[in-house]
Order: sequence, then C-alpha cells, then structure tokens
Amino acid sequence: MKKTIQSLLTAVLATTVATVPTLVASAADYPERPVSLVVAYNPGGATDFQARIVTMLAGKENYMNMPMVIFNRPGAGGKVGWTQFASKAKSDGYELAAYNVPHFIAQAIVFKTPYGIDNVEPVANWGADPAVLIVPKDSPFNSVKDVVAFAKKNPDKLTINGAGLYVGHHIAYLQFAKESGTKLVYVPETGGAPALKNVISGQVMAGFNNLSDAFRSQDRVKILGIADLERHDFLPDVPTFKEQGVSVDNSSVNFRGIMAPKGTSEEILAYLSEKAVAMFGDGKVQGKMKAGGSPMHVMTRAEVQAMWKERQAYLSDLLKDLVQ
Amino acid sequence: MEFLNYMGAVFTPFNFFVLCLGTAGGLILGALPGLSPTMAVALLIPFTFHMEPAAGLILLGAAYTATVAGGAVSAILLKIPGAPANIATVLDGHAMARNGQAAKALQLCFISSGIGGVLGIFVLIFFTPILAKWALAFGPSHLFWMAMLGVTVIASLGSRSAVKGLISGCIGLWISTIGYDQIEGVERFTFTEHLTGGIHTIAALVGLFAVPQVLQMIERRGGGGEVLAMEQHPVWQTVKFVFGRIRAISIGSIVGIIVGLIPGAGGQIAGLVSYDQTRKFSKNPDNFGKGEPDGVIAAETANNAMVGPSLVPLLTLSVPGSPTAAVLLGGLLIHGIFPGPDLFIDYPEVSWTFINSLLIGQLLMVVFGLALSRLAAKVIRLPENYLAATVMVLAVFGTYSVQHSYSDVLVMATLGVGMYLFEKFGYTAAPIVLGIVLGPIAERNFAQGRIIANAGDGMAPYFLSGGLNLTLIALIVLSITSSVYFEIRSRKQKEVSHA
Repeated sequence: MKKTIQSLLTAVLATTVATVPTLVASAADYPERPVSLVVAYNPGGATDFQARIVTMLAGKENYMNMPMVIFNRPGAGGKVGWTQFASKAKSDGYELAAYNVPHFIAQAIVFKTPYGIDNVEPVANWGADPAVLIVPKDSPFNSVKDVVAFAKKNPDKLTINGAGLYVGHHIAYLQFAKESGTKLVYVPETGGAPALKNVISGQVMAGFNNLSDAFRSQDRVKILGIADLERHDFLPDVPTFKEQGVSVDNSSVNFRGIMAPKGTSEEILAYLSEKAVAMFGDGKVQGKMKAGGSPMHVMTRAEVQAMWKERQAYLSDLLKDLVQ
Repeated sequence: MEFLNYMGAVFTPFNFFVLCLGTAGGLILGALPGLSPTMAVALLIPFTFHMEPAAGLILLGAAYTATVAGGAVSAILLKIPGAPANIATVLDGHAMARNGQAAKALQLCFISSGIGGVLGIFVLIFFTPILAKWALAFGPSHLFWMAMLGVTVIASLGSRSAVKGLISGCIGLWISTIGYDQIEGVERFTFTEHLTGGIHTIAALVGLFAVPQVLQMIERRGGGGEVLAMEQHPVWQTVKFVFGRIRAISIGSIVGIIVGLIPGAGGQIAGLVSYDQTRKFSKNPDNFGKGEPDGVIAAETANNAMVGPSLVPLLTLSVPGSPTAAVLLGGLLIHGIFPGPDLFIDYPEVSWTFINSLLIGQLLMVVFGLALSRLAAKVIRLPENYLAATVMVLAVFGTYSVQHSYSDVLVMATLGVGMYLFEKFGYTAAPIVLGIVLGPIAERNFAQGRIIANAGDGMAPYFLSGGLNLTLIALIVLSITSSVYFEIRSRKQKEVSHA
C-alpha cells in the first residue's frame, strides 16, 4: 500500500516538473502566455478599476496578443503587494505590477522597503489624478484662504483626512501644512472611498481626495482647491492652491502606470512600453476612462523614469523629518 | 411602485439568460471556499464591458446575490464558511448535516436567504431616500461600538465555558494584529516573511474550521471511514417550517437590514448578531450549536437581507458601503453611470432594471439552490476518508486562490493544526474567528476616532456622548447582561433537572 502511494506521488511530481517550462523563452516569442499584473489595492478601488480598463485590450492581436490578468494584493497602503512584487516577482516579463506615484516612492523613503525607484523598472504611465481639497457641503469654508485662516486661529484643531499614510493625499496634506505654515491634524483612512464618506457626513472637517471621485460627488462636497500646477478640464471653476496663495505644486498628483521587476531585459521593457502606450491611447480605452471620470495621462518609459527621479528628489526633502 | 414599470426589461430573453447564468454561476462559485462575493463580482466586471449597461449590471447583481447564499453550501456540508458572512451558518448548519439533516439545512438556508433577500430589496426600493442620510451618520466612534457589540456575541458561540470563549476571542484579536498595521503602516508580530501580509480572513476561516475537521476524520478512521446519513426532506415541509419560524426570520431580517445600511460594518456582523439575538429569544437556547434550525434561519436571513440595504449609500450618495459595493460602483462607472441622488431620474431604465433583477435574482436563487441541495446527498454520502481528502484539496485551493499566495496556504495549515490541538482542550474555533474578523474594524475605528477626538473635545465626549453612541453602548450592556442572565437560568435549570 505504502509503495503504491509512493510511486503514485513520484509519478505526479515527475509530470508536474516536466510540464513546467524549463527554458526561459526568448524575447522574440514574448509574450506566449498571459501576463499577470499585481494591483496593490482592493478590488473596486480607483487603481484597480482603472487598471482593469486600461488593460482590457491587451489580448488583441495588434497589442500584446495575450491578456493581462489582474491580481489584487492589498494591504497597508500598497506595502504588502509591492513588497512581495519587488522581492519575489520573476523578471521574465510575465509578472508586472501597477505603481502609484508618489505612494511607493514616499513609502520607500520613510520605511525600509524592498521596493524603490532603483529596484523596479517603469513600463508606461496611464493616468494622473490630482488631489483636491474638499469640505462638506454645509461647511463654513468656501476657499483655501478660509481654511488657512481657521487653522491659524485654531492650531491642531482642523481635521483633514485622506486615503492613508504616505499616499498622494497625505503628501498634499504635508505640503499644504508646510507651505501655509499651519498646524493641522491628519486622519488616515483605509482608502479613498471611506475617506470621501467621512467628509460628506462631516466626521472630519475637510479631506484631500482624488479629483475623479470628488468630481462625481460635487453635489455633496465643496471642492476648494486643486493640488496641481494648472486647473483641470473636469473642474474648470476650481482654482489651484497657487492661485489662492499657498505654494502647493503637483508633487502629490497620483500617477498610475505599469512597472516590471528589476532585471527584466531591455528588449522586453521596450516591447511592453511601446505596446502599453499604444493600448492606453486606443479610442476604446480612452472612451471608457472618460465615461468613468478618470483622467488619463499617457507617458512613455523614458518620461516616467524622469518623473520618478524628480519625485524622489523632492519627496526625500519633504519627508526627511519623518524617516523611520 | 415605479419599479413595476421596468419589470419587463428583466424578462427580455437575453437579460433573463444573463440573470440565470449569473445566479447559477454565483451559487457554484460561492460554494467554493475562498471565492468571496467581492472577488466573484470583480472577476465578472471585464465581461460586462461588452454588454449593454442593464445586462452588465444584471450579471453583477445576480452574481452578488447568489454568491452570498452559495457560501452557506460549503458551510453546511463541509464546515468551511464560503465567506466571512457564513461564519454563523456553520455553527448549526454543519451540526444539522452531522445529524443527517443536510438536505433540510440547505433548504432552510435557501428559503430563509430568499425571504431575507426580498425584504432587504424592498427596503432598497421603498425607503432609500430616507435611509441614505441615516447610513452616513455612522462615524468611527459608532463603528467601534458596533464591533464591540459583535464581540459580546462570544458568549453564544458554542464554547461550553465562557472563560474559554473569552480566551479564544483574545487570541483571535491578537491574530488580527499580525502584519502591517492598517493606520500607521508599522509591522507587528511578523517573525517570518510569510506573515508580512498579515493573516487573511479567508485563510484563517478555512484553517480554523476545515483543517481540524479533516484531522479528526483521519483520527477516527479505523475501519474505512464512517458515512454520514442523510434523510431526504420534502421541500414543502421546509417551506411550511420556515414560515412557522417568524421570530428567527424577523430578527434575521431586521438585524440584516440595519447592519447592511451601515457602511463598513459587513455581513459577518449581521450573521453573528442575528444568530446571537435569536438564541437569546429562543425557548431552547441550549440546542444552539447542536443543530438548531433557527440558528441557520437567523444567520442566512440576515446575511442576505443586507444585500439590498448595503446598496443604499452606493446608489444615492456614490459611497460604496462594502467592498462588493465598491466593485459594483466600478461596474456602473464603466458605463458612464454616476450614482447619486439623481440616479433614478437620469437613468431610470438601467437603475430600476438592476434593482428588479436583484429581486428576481433572489427568487431564482431559491429555485436553483433547492435544486442544488438535492445533489448534496452525493457529497454527504462520500466515505469519510475520501471526504477528508476532498476537503483538504478544497482548503488548499480556496486559500491559494484568494491572493495567489503560498504564504496564505502555510498560514492556513499552521492555524488549522494549532486549532486541532486546541480543540482537544475544549476550545472552539468560532470565537477566534470572531476576534479575527472584528479586531481590525474595532482597532481602525478606535485609532481614527482617537485622532479626531484629540483634535476636538477629547476622548470621553467623542466616544461616550450622542444618541447613536449611547444607543450602541446600551445594546452592548443589554447583550452582556442578558447573556449572564441566560447562563445563570440555564445552570439553575440543569441543577433542578439533576436534583
């Protein structure tokens, strides 16, 4: 009996090993099977939602000719998924992940993480979602100036929430507090949706949230300012912080895109970048993203590399007092 | 009664086909451990890209409804809750199956799910505008007390000793703190890299419930394994029976509807609180945990009654109240439909067709579910040694499929073996699971509440004043005192019967 089981087990093991491809396929054949894309946030979140739209055409012949399959590995503002990705993913081009800037760069600066701009390779960027300052509809605040005036009179009293720690909203908050010279209270939430809910219902006095989500909730919140260099097409009447006298730039804009593990061959990276940029530019993708109120901003691999470096330099300075 | 005008759209051949497909598929997917309703809906979103908005939403709604009910199948037959919402179903559902009443348990489950589900959707249809504001009133302090109310259920969860129940609950709370802290992002108790992602609820559920059971089967196996008996049970008798259990159904529906409305509370709390209340109001509370039909009815009515109300904040305020609602929001946005107060004015056709499909979906779920429960005999009649192997395969497969993580499988197996040893000392899995599920809700909301309170008037006024806080605290006190009272009463009764 024991022997039968043993021989059976050996047979099963042998077949498993035999079917696993032993040779790394050459880049010319790439991709010959579906490509996985790790999203470090919950299903239904803005990143997950957008990732599913922008990769929906990957299986078409003129793009990758292979579908991209999304795996959600949420936790701790992205740390769980990105840690696993940077330390474990194979660099054969079949294991990719979605990045969020400034989130992963800020986390890499503050915590000792296995990921950072030197440990992963950008492929292409699809979206840019600026942070906006929102207050409940019945709030006495009608402009950034009102908020600053209140905060100056009442230090450590004004509560502002955001999707979590060291995400774009938090960076916008830190910049806002620094540039306006006020003392505020940051309330980290576990995602943009609960943060928005707590602003609508007045649990906190204000919040930084995604422009796309605030845009859809305009009859329930007042949008006081955009943390970007220019006004946005979606909200032409909302002024930037700079226009209102607080020097907050675009460092908190949430850039979303695709990255690959360090060590992926240049050939594959170039192929992926070319196909991804074309895919993101497809009319169908653009149409769905526009319908969903998600602002797009397509960037090539080279452009993303430059953007990452710039962010790294600025955030290292902004966060230098917070490094653990 | 505006919704009736749009009823026809559900019954166009294609839409009805999609509805049947979503319901049947959802039941089967929900019955697989590890595949939660959220995951099922997320996986289906890409298929809706190429459909008309109404058909796409029908598919998502049907899958949502059916996976919630489908999770009870593995809870009853295999003692593996398909999703956290089915924890309370395991307690009596699996006990019934062991007593040879698997068919009856499944019938009860689908019929009471259907009743709860339909009532919940009527709440969504008729009371949405009134309830939307109320749903938003819940802030961090209230959610903290909600979680605490859930903790008071521990006394009802089948431990013969209250002390052992409390110890198990504390262990569960501790397990929930492993991994990255949700608010500060700090690592806690992560001794190996396998724990950095924390302990996933599904891995814990499967490990704590399924593995000890498998090990027990192996332990018992002397002569080829025992085969569980199963009596066939006519459906009409079950229908008659369920309609006689007005108390369990009312408690289940009311708790499910209220909890469903509160963003961030979730189905697991609904099932557990309803189970606990039904037990307390029952004439024979001692039967709970040993195969009491009321236990199954209460848990399943509640977790399906919350489906409708959980969509209230989403549809009227664009605020998803649960992870599944968040995924559904994606399904709406992708078709350019922005939920909000004007949703039913701007898109009456799509919105009402979606809600009608939820309603019809509940009825289809009952029909398909009852058909499915006839097949249950095949599962239950498997000899125990084959069943043990099957459950183990499903446990590994289900755990791995959640996040495609080998670490989760290791965590599942470790917790399972630990639980097997722990059960030898008279401890049970349910209070530990309760701690794991409620710990994060309590901790997160306490941490947020503390920050907000310190910026305002301080901790005491924030957590201890206001109508909602006081009502919840009163419910907690009531729940604890009634537990103590019933404990004493049942002891006295035992003494009397011994004397």
